[in-house]
Amino acid sequence: MVASDSAMDAVSVRPDAFDAGAEIAALSAGREGVGAVASFVGTVRGEGVLAMTLEHYPGMTERALHRIVEDARTRWPLASVRVIHRVGRLLPGEAIVFVGVASAHRHAAFEACAFIMDFLKTRAPFWKKEETAAGARWVDARDSDDTAAARWASPGSET
Amino acid sequence: MKLTVLYFARLREALACDAETLVLPDGVGDIAGLRAHLVARGGAWQALAASTVRAALNQDMATPDAVLRDGDEVAFFPPVTGG
Repeated sequence: MVASDSAMDAVSVRPDAFDAGAEIAALSAGREGVGAVASFVGTVRGEGVLAMTLEHYPGMTERALHRIVEDARTRWPLASVRVIHRVGRLLPGEAIVFVGVASAHRHAAFEACAFIMDFLKTRAPFWKKEETAAGARWVDARDSDDTAAARWASPGSET
Repeated sequence: MKLTVLYFARLREALACDAETLVLPDGVGDIAGLRAHLVARGGAWQALAASTVRAALNQDMATPDAVLRDGDEVAFFPPVTGG
């Protein structure tokens, strides 16, 4: 049994950059039951994009992220979870999002990390606007993101 | 019934409006009714009729039949694209 403390789940929505290494270290610090930490960092792709501005719905965003983390906790035994999403104007190569999950074993950590990202992309109220040489444009939602979230609909694979 | 209505992203720009306080006429009682009421303003507001436009009620995703109460916060926005 992994010691779990959901009060330690930290969701942060902010303009400032994060230190992924420090966040990963904090997930297992002082937790003897942790045997696996999985993390994901999303970054701004270049490919003609000069900058990306992220807008969000303050209040609902944090609420939605907390709910996604709580859902993950009902599916896998998680010791600690950290979600950071940046907002404002970001440049290519900059990190946008961090999801880190600590558990006793790797499968729970890998799966919970993917689950949180899939639901963050389809449920959390963020919107991206790209600046290109031709002007600014809002990024369209992708059906593949809905498909990715839908694969978690039926519990069964989690251990 | 008095509501706060928020608009985000592409929709906010199309409407040139990020928030408004609205007094609803009698007979408008749910999200679908509010949406129709706003679309009836015509012009750019017809963008709210698009099936892709999502709604939230008091900061939770809401279905068209969600019932509105005095003081509620409603938001309309395009599909989300974070992460």
